[in-house]
Amino acid sequence: MKQPFERAVTEHGPVVLRVCRATLGPADADDAWSETFLSALRAWPDLPEDANVRGWLITIAHRKAIDVHRATARRPIPVDEVPEPRSASTPSPEESLPDDALWHSLAALPPKQRQCVAYHHVAGLPHAEVATIVGGTEAAARRAAADGIAALRRTYLANEDVISHV
Amino acid sequence: MSESLHDKFFQALATDPARPDELPSELRDRLVARAKAERLLDVTYRTVDSPLGRLLLAATPAGLVRVAYAAQDHEAVLQDLSDRIGSRVLRSPSGLDDLARQLDAYFAGTLAVIDVPLDLRLAHGFRRDVLGHLRQIPFGRTESYAEVAAASGSPRATRAVGSACATNPMPIVIPCHRVVRTGGSLGGYVGGLDAKRFLLDLEQAA
Repeated sequence: MKQPFERAVTEHGPVVLRVCRATLGPADADDAWSETFLSALRAWPDLPEDANVRGWLITIAHRKAIDVHRATARRPIPVDEVPEPRSASTPSPEESLPDDALWHSLAALPPKQRQCVAYHHVAGLPHAEVATIVGGTEAAARRAAADGIAALRRTYLANEDVISHV
Repeated sequence: MSESLHDKFFQALATDPARPDELPSELRDRLVARAKAERLLDVTYRTVDSPLGRLLLAATPAGLVRVAYAAQDHEAVLQDLSDRIGSRVLRSPSGLDDLARQLDAYFAGTLAVIDVPLDLRLAHGFRRDVLGHLRQIPFGRTESYAEVAAASGSPRATRAVGSACATNPMPIVIPCHRVVRTGGSLGGYVGGLDAKRFLLDLEQAA
C-alpha cells in the first residue's frame, strides 16, 4: 500500500531542507526544497513501495540544486567580464544571515565536498549511496566527506571560537 | 564528525533552532499552493478541534470527501484515502477554512445547515441513496432507521440503513446522528453514543 505523500513531507521534509541549506546556502534553499517536493509529489505514485524514500528525495534535491545553480549563474550581473559561476569568494546573500561563519565555511568547500558532507553527515546516507548520487566511487565519496569535515573544523570551529571570545 | 561540531552544524542548518524537526509553514503553504495550481493533488486534509475532540477533514478537488473522529484513527483514515483515491495526499493547515468556520458555528448552535461541496465517491449504491436522504433530515429532527429505509426506496432495508450510517464517510456534515431506533432509543453511532447524544442535545437546545 502506498503511503500518503504527506508522510514523506513530515518524515523527510526538515532534513531535506537542511541538506538544501548546506549545499546551496539559506538564500536558495527554499526554492530548491519546493522544486524537490513538487517533483517528488508528481512522481510519488510511481515510486516502488519498498524504495528508500530519503535517498530518493536527496537524489531529486541534488538535481534541483544543480538547476538552481544554473539559474543563479544566468542572472544578469552588471560587470564587464563573465564571472566564474562558483567562485568561493563571490559575495552572496548568505553573508547577511546570522551564522556567517557557517555559510562562509560551507561556501568555501569545493562543491563535491560540500555535497558529500551534506548527504552523509546531514542526511545520514551511507557513503555508497552518496557515491551513486554525486558520481564516482564510494571511497571517493568517503574521502570528500572527510576532507570537507576537516576543512569545516579548521574554518567554522575556529571562527566560532573567535566569535565567542569577542 | 566530533559531537560538538556535529551538534553545532546541525543546529545552525535548521531554520528554526527551537523546532528543528518542523518545516517553516510558508514552505508547506507554498508546496500546497503550487501542487493545487498544477492539479497534482488527490486529497488535502487538516484537523480541527471540536467539542467532540479532534476531527479530520479531507477533501478532493471536487469537494469534502471524509470527516473522521479521533477514535477512527486519523492515520488509518489517511492511509485508506491514499489507497482508495490516490496517494498524492498533503496536509493543508489553512485549507478547508469555510467548512472549519461552519463547523464552529454549528457547534455553537448558530448554524443549522452545513453547506459545502461534497464528493460522495466513497459511498456506492443503496448506501449512497441513504446518505442522500440523510441530508434532507432537518436540524433538530430525527427519523427512525425504518423511516429512512422507506424514504430511500427500500422499506425492508432497515439493517442496510444501519450499515450506511455506520460507514458514513462524512459524519456530522451528513447527519447520520439524526437516525434513531423506532422506539426512540439511540441505536449506534460511528463516533460513539456519547457523541450522538451530544449532537442531538445540541440540536434540541438550539
